[in-house]
Amino acid sequence: MKRNLRRPKAAAIAIAATGLALAAGHARAQTATIAVGAPVTSLDPHYHQLSPNNAVSDTIFDRLVNTDARARQIPGLATEWRVVEPTVWEFKLRPNVRFQNGNAFTAEDVAFTIGRLPNVPNSPSSYAAYARPIERIEIVDPLTIRFHTREPYPLLPLDMTNVRIIDKETAESATTEDFNSLRAAIGTGPYRAVSHRNGDRIEFERFDGYWGDRAPFQRVNYRMITNDAARTAALLAGDVDLIDQVPTSDLAKLRADNRVHLSETTGLRLIFLGLDHLRQANESSPFITDNDGKPLGRNPLQDVRVRRALSMAIDRRAIVDRIMEGAATPANQFLPEGVFGFVADLPAPAYDPDGAKRLLAEAGYPNGFRIQLNGPNDRYINDSRIIQAVGQMWTRIGVRTAVEAQPWTTFVGRAGRSEYSAFLIGWGSNPDGSHPLRNIMATVNRDRGWGASNRGRYSNPQVDALLLQSLSEMDEAKREQQVIEGMRIAMTDVGVIPLHIQTNIWAARRGFEHTPRNDELTRAQDLRPAAR
Amino acid sequence: MTVYLVRRLIQALFVVLAMSLIVFIGVYAIGDPVEILISPDADQIERERAIRALGLDLPLWQQYLVFLTNALQGDLGRSFVFNEPALRLILQRMPATLELAFGATFLALLIGLPLGLYAGLRPNSPASKTIMAGSILGFSLPTFWVGLMLIMVFAVQLGWLPSTGRGETCSVLGFIGITPCSSGVQWSFLTTDGLAHMVMPAINLALFKISLVIRLTRAGVRETMLMDYVKFARAKGLSPARVTFVHVFKNILIPVVTVVGLELGSTIAFSVVTESVFAWPGMGKLIIDSINVLDRPVIVAYLMIIVLMFITINLVVDLTYSLLDPRVRLENKGT
Repeated sequence: MKRNLRRPKAAAIAIAATGLALAAGHARAQTATIAVGAPVTSLDPHYHQLSPNNAVSDTIFDRLVNTDARARQIPGLATEWRVVEPTVWEFKLRPNVRFQNGNAFTAEDVAFTIGRLPNVPNSPSSYAAYARPIERIEIVDPLTIRFHTREPYPLLPLDMTNVRIIDKETAESATTEDFNSLRAAIGTGPYRAVSHRNGDRIEFERFDGYWGDRAPFQRVNYRMITNDAARTAALLAGDVDLIDQVPTSDLAKLRADNRVHLSETTGLRLIFLGLDHLRQANESSPFITDNDGKPLGRNPLQDVRVRRALSMAIDRRAIVDRIMEGAATPANQFLPEGVFGFVADLPAPAYDPDGAKRLLAEAGYPNGFRIQLNGPNDRYINDSRIIQAVGQMWTRIGVRTAVEAQPWTTFVGRAGRSEYSAFLIGWGSNPDGSHPLRNIMATVNRDRGWGASNRGRYSNPQVDALLLQSLSEMDEAKREQQVIEGMRIAMTDVGVIPLHIQTNIWAARRGFEHTPRNDELTRAQDLRPAAR
Repeated sequence: MTVYLVRRLIQALFVVLAMSLIVFIGVYAIGDPVEILISPDADQIERERAIRALGLDLPLWQQYLVFLTNALQGDLGRSFVFNEPALRLILQRMPATLELAFGATFLALLIGLPLGLYAGLRPNSPASKTIMAGSILGFSLPTFWVGLMLIMVFAVQLGWLPSTGRGETCSVLGFIGITPCSSGVQWSFLTTDGLAHMVMPAINLALFKISLVIRLTRAGVRETMLMDYVKFARAKGLSPARVTFVHVFKNILIPVVTVVGLELGSTIAFSVVTESVFAWPGMGKLIIDSINVLDRPVIVAYLMIIVLMFITINLVVDLTYSLLDPRVRLENKGT
């Protein structure tokens, strides 16, 4: 199904290359310092599902299926994979791969890793879901492994992009603390961790036995500077060579500064408005009243014309240009172009306040109504300013909007209990349309594990049916058609109101080159000395 | 004296207990830690597993009882986020905060006392007026702004000092050459690189305290200079230096000690802003990060330690009084 894109490099070549680099006197570029905005909470790759943790795990460990900067699947520790039967996936493993302690990598390590996923004590957010579809693991030979699934499961390679492989011998009795203290943090990745101060910094050293492209730096310091202004200042002062999460307010200044340059790419995170679908057409929604402040007795958001009007009232271009300083793309769906499940023929998001007013009148609200728009104020880029802007735009079409922004800690629980009528939230997708469909647009269903983040309780049987088909469709072309169709229906029905997809931005000092990733991960191996 | 100490300890115990209860209920009221910590694409089964794993499936009073039982055995719980004992996490961060707080307090006394003394003895000189005007700035400038300005000027523009973070560290035993630097409690004031990293955050923390000490000292000096015993000492023909440093200075120290003691406590406990701006890996940064993700075991353990610390500092302050001023008696009047 996939062909080997990279050939393993012989250890001899790597050693020779080390010698050459040293001879060339590459002293300037031997150490790099990276500052990230979000703290890494653990070096245990299976303890806490969190982007900063995944970024560091990617540096130390490898996955069977790696992803490139555009989140496309590329061979990692597996060189190829195929469907043997509808319920059997076979992965051919890369030969001659060694762990950082010298142990050889084999199918036993893969089986051990999958077995560990559901068994990490005290995990606040585990990777167990990736092991759940697998009923049995069959080791055919040391370099061939088969996963037997309960049902046909097309997403297994995608799941494998989230599972970092650890060394069975080292980790057999290891706890999360053993990983944090580095004893068990042994992977096959390009850098190995040599020191770790919780929530402060990690130091990496090049692993010379790496199977892939040789890591460009001898040492990489990975620091956590959570304060935005301090992170930018550290870059400008020359203390660090790369920062992530560049604040939008610094963009203009940094673009004009010739000591640094930005690397950016459209991300996979959509900022959108969730709407109350829980209250039926004849019930009042908690934060919607008539113009006198009395309960309405019905939920206008159950009328697709009202939802569409609210979407048409929003000038996404203005939000992107003025509030986001250009660091976003107006969106009409969850994923950007080029990602599996992107609906190409969905009309561009239109800004049409007059049309919105007409639709409201058609729906029986010629004078509008009152609504409160909720949102976090410390979670997404410029979140509270975005809801203020949307509030003003809605008020312009006659939907008088009050805005309330809260800290994420208080906001997210209430949103999860569907206590709001309209709220701003974000979603960072896996690069597959079924991911947002299943988590946000599907009817909440505990047994299927659907709709876990469907906080507005949107429900559409057509979407559910297409999703269900797609989740067991082993033909990729057919599966994509089903996902696209499901997404088209959900978006045409305005189940949520998409606003924009964030742009991921890094800033590097001159002399360094960084490959921006659309999955937001800041990884040591993506930084190189600039070609001279 | 012993009775006094025992009474203070019992009081402390009650305060700690009340604190833990308040924090427990407070965190519960703010939100659900699982909602914050869990990956957004976790399904319902995974969410239920996480709730059980963190012990949040029990009713609140049971969670509290479990916590109390463990606390009595010296276990303040494991951090939800780091999966390490909360107490260990806090103690790991403590040296960084302690050296910063003591450094700042040291600076405050070193700079504040002489300037305050001068301003008190010569209230009308232009230099005194400059000092007093300067101290108003120290009071009123917001810490985060001053911190960023320091970084912009001394790190970004001039490049004299490193912008953020804690530099190289060394243990005391390593410093005098008995063990390797990396073993034992790590202090950054023992290395030049560490000191360079400490300068700006310590000054930033000290600014407010310097002003405070200046004002307290000046007010004290001006008041004391008019006292009869000072006039008498001068009439007796004692040298001005002896009058100032023995008769005046000792008497103005009581309010200064009280305030500096309490300030030291709040610096250790809540130097959140400075630690965030300078990415200083201390306890203040830990507590604010923990609050942001509702890491309850760390929040509870932290605040309990802080309560204990404040009680200790207050006790030390009270004991210092009795040394400075023989009129102060610590014994309970009734006994």
